[in-house]
Amino acid sequence: MADIDIKDIIREENLVYKKTDVLTDNVMHYCPGCSHGVVHKLVAEVIEEMGIQEQTIGVSPVGCSVFAYNYIDIDWSEAAHGRAPAVATAIKRLMPEKFVFTYQGDGDLASIGAAEILHACNRGENIVVIFINNAIYGMTGGQMAPTTLVGMPTATSPYGRQIDLHGYPMKMTEIVATLPGTCFVTRQSVEKAAAVRKTKKAIRKAFENQKAGKGTSFIEVVSTCSSGWKVNPVKANEWMTEHMFPFYPLGDKKDCEKDPAEDYEKYMKG
Amino acid sequence: MAKVRGAIVVDNELCKGCGLCVVACPTNTIAQAKEVNGKGYNYAYMENPEACIGCANCALVCPDSVITVYKVKVS
Ligand SMILES: Cc1ncc(C[n+]2csc(CCOP(=O)(O)OP(=O)(O)O)c2C)c(N)n1
Ligand code: SF4
Ligand code: SF4
Ligand code: SF4
Ligand SMILES: [Mg+2]
Repeated sequence: MADIDIKDIIREENLVYKKTDVLTDNVMHYCPGCSHGVVHKLVAEVIEEMGIQEQTIGVSPVGCSVFAYNYIDIDWSEAAHGRAPAVATAIKRLMPEKFVFTYQGDGDLASIGAAEILHACNRGENIVVIFINNAIYGMTGGQMAPTTLVGMPTATSPYGRQIDLHGYPMKMTEIVATLPGTCFVTRQSVEKAAAVRKTKKAIRKAFENQKAGKGTSFIEVVSTCSSGWKVNPVKANEWMTEHMFPFYPLGDKKDCEKDPAEDYEKYMKG
Repeated sequence: MAKVRGAIVVDNELCKGCGLCVVACPTNTIAQAKEVNGKGYNYAYMENPEACIGCANCALVCPDSVITVYKVKVS
């Protein structure tokens, strides 16, 4: 190895990565290893890179990320449980020059807020939706969510989710991809550096879509909740890779840039 | 031949000791300290500083954004 002192490496001119200024200095209340922190960072970095800090309005949910407004230094509105897409609809329609996004957990978006998200996507509201799917209600102590996997134990399904009793886990991303109002629908993750980079690209693309007035961009991030899952953060990423990815396959489900007219025609023909 | 050397600075007091940076590092540079910080977490540090290549993988996966990365070419 070449000979150089550490203190000669740690110099301003050699800086390659530091925390974005769009994140505040508030210490996040999230548990160690929580995916929410990584996704907050990516949203903040995209806002910084696009230079839209003054023009962006976030709508935070009810769930662990209820305090997102403490961490990303932009304007925010806090919505009632599940209603973020309705609040975002109003904000974007009243202030079309703003960049508006919702940030929602799976309990918030797929359970109590199922109607709001489906109708906002169906109307093709020109907003970005960031959907953190950790297959559980993290905030309230790890109860079963609509997204909980079959057989997955939670506080309210101690023997694991059973189809006959609890129904099937819902794939919200595939569902909203069928709606003609959505332009970009993708499922990503943040468990390793390559995945983090891809998710950031997807978030950037979603905000660019909004700038171009293309309709709803929907980004699911398959996430961990080590506290709810009762494993350590490293094990949680492994569990997610082994169990969540096969049921929630990563990748783009829809990208209207490819052919919006074809999508719409297919939909109208049935 | 030019070689790349990197270094990271972890904010010890803000690190939550989740260990995600440790497994994300391709060069086994990082370990968690035996000592704990003020919050009781085993904070991350460069155990093998000469191995770091400044790839920033650790910083990308850190949920608390407490890692700063530096990189330099040395001949
Ligand atoms: C109207 C209403 N119903 C129920 C609750 C209780 N509650 C708070 S957060 C939450 C679910 C959170 O789960 P999720 O959206 O998946 O977010 P996570 O904490 O997992 O990120 C529930 C049911 C509430 N606060 N308000
Ligand atoms: S309970 Fe789960 S979702 Fe909430 S902060 Fe902790 S790890 Fe994250
Ligand atoms: S910058 Fe890359 S090589 Fe250096 S500690 Fe971080 S992950 Fe490891
Ligand atoms: S990823 Fe961040 S918070 Fe977790 S151990 Fe490493 S430096 Fe600490
Ligand atoms: Mg959840």
